[in-house]
Order: sequence, then C-alpha cells, then structure tokens
Amino acid sequence: MSVLVRLRTPVVASVLGLAILALGLSALGYDAFSALTALARGAIGSWYAFTSATLVRAVPLIVIGLGIAISFRAGGLNIGAEGQFSAGAMAATAVGLVVGRWPGFVAIPVVLIAGTLAGAAWVVVPVVLRLRYRVQEVISTLLLNFVAEALVSFMVQGPLQESKRTYPQSDPIAVAARLPLLPGTRLHLGFALAVLLAGLVGIVFSRTIWGFRLKVVGAAPRAAEVTGRMDVDRTTALALLWSGAFAGLAGALEVAGVTYALFLNLSPGYGFTAIAVALIARLNPIGILFAGLGFGALEAGAAGMQRDAGVPAVAVSVVQATIIVVALLAVARARLARPEAAA
Amino acid sequence: MSGSIAPLVGFLAAAVRIGTPLLWAAAGEVLAERAGVINLSVEGSMLAGCLGAAIGAHASGNPWVGMAAGLVAGAIIALGFAAVAIWARTDQIIAGTALTMASVGVTGLIYRQATSGQVTGLSVITLEPLAIPGLHSIPLLGPVLFAQPLPTYLVGGAVLFIWFVLYRTTLGLRLRAAGEAAGAARAHGVRVRLIQTGAVVVGGALAGFGGATLVLAQVGTFAERMTAGRGFIAIAIVVLGRWHPAGIALAALLFGAATALQYVFQAMALAVPYQFFLMLPYLLALAALTGVAGRVRAPAGLGRTVD
Repeated sequence: MSVLVRLRTPVVASVLGLAILALGLSALGYDAFSALTALARGAIGSWYAFTSATLVRAVPLIVIGLGIAISFRAGGLNIGAEGQFSAGAMAATAVGLVVGRWPGFVAIPVVLIAGTLAGAAWVVVPVVLRLRYRVQEVISTLLLNFVAEALVSFMVQGPLQESKRTYPQSDPIAVAARLPLLPGTRLHLGFALAVLLAGLVGIVFSRTIWGFRLKVVGAAPRAAEVTGRMDVDRTTALALLWSGAFAGLAGALEVAGVTYALFLNLSPGYGFTAIAVALIARLNPIGILFAGLGFGALEAGAAGMQRDAGVPAVAVSVVQATIIVVALLAVARARLARPEAAA
Repeated sequence: MSGSIAPLVGFLAAAVRIGTPLLWAAAGEVLAERAGVINLSVEGSMLAGCLGAAIGAHASGNPWVGMAAGLVAGAIIALGFAAVAIWARTDQIIAGTALTMASVGVTGLIYRQATSGQVTGLSVITLEPLAIPGLHSIPLLGPVLFAQPLPTYLVGGAVLFIWFVLYRTTLGLRLRAAGEAAGAARAHGVRVRLIQTGAVVVGGALAGFGGATLVLAQVGTFAERMTAGRGFIAIAIVVLGRWHPAGIALAALLFGAATALQYVFQAMALAVPYQFFLMLPYLLALAALTGVAGRVRAPAGLGRTVD
C-alpha cells in the first residue's frame, strides 16, 4: 500500500471528527471557530505547547496503544487498560516513595519495572478466567477498571495518603525516581522510551516468530490450532499480559515523569483513547506512534479549548469516537471489497 | 412490623430499588443478545437516559416527561450503534465502546451547556414510592416489593412481556433464530438485520429508561459519567441470568443486594474502608461470570457480524 492510501483513513477520520465537533459546538451555541483555534493553539501554538502539552500526553497513548495492538493482534480484547494504568501508577508511587537513597539510574528503572509488573498483574485474573472458565476478557477487564478506581481511592485516603493527611493524594515520590526533563519544557524521558518501544514492537511484529504467531492466532485461530505448532490459548494469554504490562508502564511513566504523586482520576481516559489510537493505526506500531501524537495533540488542544474558549474538554471524546467509527468503517469496507479474504 | 426485622426490610427494599435500573438495562440487553448482538453501548444508552431524564424533568417539572426523554435518548445511542455495528458490519465490541465514548462526550457537553449560569445543577423532583393498597402490608414482602416507585413495578411487567414475546410469539422465535443461526433464519425468510436493529433499538430505549429511573427514583440529579459501569454490569447480569428474563430478574436483585450491602456495613461501622464495598458489585460480577461459565450457553451467533 502506498503511503497516500495508508494515510487516507486517518486523515478522513480526523477531518470528519473535527467537523462533527464544530457542528455540534455550533448547534449548542458555542463559537466553533474560536473553539477550534483555541484547540490548535493549545496543541501546537508554541514550542512549549507542543513539547509540554502534546508530546507529554502522547506518551501514555503511545505506550498503552502499543500494548493494545499486541493483544488485539492475538484476538485478545483488553478494554481494561484504564485499570492497568492505575495499577501501574499505584505500584510506581509506592516504590517511588521509598527509593530516595538510591541513585537515579537505579531508582528510575525500579519504579518503571514495578509499574510494568503491576499492570501485567492486573490482567492475571482476566487471563485465568479466560483460560479456565471461558469468561470473555472484554467484560472482565472492563469490570476491573472500576475495581482499580476504588482501589486508587482507597490508596490515596489510606496507605499512600500524604503525611499531612489533608488531601486525597500521595506524598511526592523521591527526586531520584523522577524522569529527567528536556530543558525548558515539561517533556520527560518517557517520550524517548515510547519511540523506542514503538520501534521494538514493530520489529517483533514483522521480524519474529512470536509476532507472526500473534497475527495467525488472531486472524485464524482454527488454522493456528490445526497446524499443531501454535498454542492459541497460550499466545493470546501472553499477549494480554504484555498489553497489561504496557499499560502499567504508562501509569508508572505518568507518575515518574508528570505528576510525581498519585491522585484520583490520574488518567483522563487514556486507556480508552489508546484503543482509538491503536485502531486508527491498524495496530501498526509506527502508525501508533503518529496516531498517538495526533491524539496527544487533541487532548492537549482540548485543555486549551476549555481554558480559552470555555468548551468542556470532554467534548473531544466525540471526536475520538468518530475516529474509531471511521476506522471501523474503513476496515469493514476493505473486508467487503475482498470477500474471498473474509471467508 | 416487629422492630427486629426492620434492618432486613430496609436492606431488601434498597436491593430492589438499586436493582431496578440494572434490570431495565439488562432487559434491553437480553433482547439484543438473544438476537445475536452484543451491545456494549448499553452503558452509553443508560448515561444518555440519565441526562435526558434530568433535562426533561427539570424543564417540565414533571418526572414522567423525564422518563420519556430518557427512553428516547437511550434509543438514539442504540440507533447509532445499530448503524455502525449491524448495517456497516463492523466489530460489535469496538463499535459499542465507541458509542459509549461518544455518549460520555455528548452528555458532558450538553450537561455543561444546560447548567451554564446556574448554580443549582439539574436537580429534579424524584418519583415517590407508591404503596400498593393491601399488598404493601404483607409482612416483609410488602414493604420490600410493594412500596417502591412506579418504575420498579413497570420493570416487572416489562420482563414478563419480554418473556412472552421471546417464547410465545412468532416474532420472538424469529428473533431467537437470528441470534442462533442467522444464515438458516435468513433462508427461512427472516430479515435478520432488521430484527437485530429492532432488538438493539428497543433494548437501548429500555436501558435509557433504566438510566432515567436511576435519576428520577434514586439520585435526583445528573452527574457526568454517573452510570459508572452499570451498563457493563447489566451485561454480566444477562450472562448470570442465562439469557432468560426470569434469570436476569434474579441476577439484577443479587447485584442490587451487593450494592445495598455497603449501606448495611456502613451502618454497622465496620473497620473495613468503604472503597472495598464500592468494589463489591464488580467483583461479584466477575465471580458470577466465572461461576456460570461453562454451564450456560450463549446464543450461538452472539457477537458475530451478519453479512
């Protein structure tokens, strides 16, 4: 496929999404033009806005999106990244509070690994339920999102609450555990890690046997089974665990690079937005990198829009939903155009 | 009523009250799933129903206008889902997630617009409990079942009606056929996608009615994302209730009880933090799915795109 054809769906989706937003805003009596201008300004209006708003928000979207691509490829529908993100953030905070005596090059990896493991651990129950009891992971991962939310609420009012015991938040993590920033901006090292991971996952998908296995298991589980060389259950289970690990890592990066503490509602729905990121990129890791940037810009712009034009930031979830729908329609159309491939 | 059973009555009555919106949504989802469509936008329909109810009741001063508005709002979200998932033949689970996201955005936007310049929010007059003469004085059962707001009685009727349609009418037979074997159903002249659309839209309307019940018989106002996954719990209820109207009624009661339990524990002043009771319904849903898995059979065509 040529680059132009590949770009068609994302471009159509974005334009359509923004157009629907503009129409909706006009219908509700907002000034759509100034809203969209504020959106653009908040996302790419200055070097600071681009690095400190857009790129910072792109990090969790890219990292979670890569994990979602792994699980979706293998036919595992992990819709619980939001909860796994929270699990990672909780673990990273708990560890980040106690590593103050260690040098940064030890403290930071330890914090990130803690978050990654916690994210994977949060998927263990859905994986076991899927393997042993055939419980659909769609529902189990979704339900665990709400459990994670309650657990964060418990943590910030209980074991992890700040020592002053005033607000529902944790103490700031040790300075040694915080990610280095790009001078003059709020952009943290996590962005470089996200780019690196996109490249790595790209290589795994296209150059390794495991990547091939993921694809076969997801696209044609029966065929994978009858070859006798692929354990479908095992492959999907592993893919689900990896997707949880990525979401957990994203949570740890958010704590170590952006907030330095645990709060309620740490994520403005990154776990769901990342599904849109992965889908619009057709689960392609390099595509996810760019889609993550685009959605990061959208999130950053939403904050600008709320600040400067008084339009609630939640409005952009309409744009995101539109983009998912357009991506779905494009996939469905491609399938209908090649009926022999669908059979 | 003797004093000793008063706490039990309070607990069971709360279970029925909390279970009512869940049962409305689950009743809608049963229709969709029996027709072969897994509809995750039921959460979005419920949320839209909440907002529709709050605005309708706030503007008119009449809670029943709110109930009707909730019903319509829920159906609109479902219509969007049906267009994307059934007619454009896309993945039902992702389409449902997208429509729920859209509902979160649209309701948030409209809510802020509706309350801009106001300080009171969208507080509404709630539906008062309606004691049924005679029945409500039966010991234990009376105050639990027969002193509830009207939507609770209505949902009983709706579940009976759905049972009747599913198992005693040709339409129900066709609907179930569409969900079990779409190809065979079509060969017999069933318009599969039309029936699925009907089931999904009516189901969305019922979920919207459930959302309206949540606002007008329980909470009394709208808050963003106020459904907090109740639509997803309704999907678990459908599995636990084995895709049967009577089963889902019992399952919805169970979830109502799990939620009501937190008030009991709070009253007992246990040392357990309240957040763990917040988790209870979701954990129960997981346990329930595990318990029935393998022993129940979903409609054979569930989630499968019909070409």
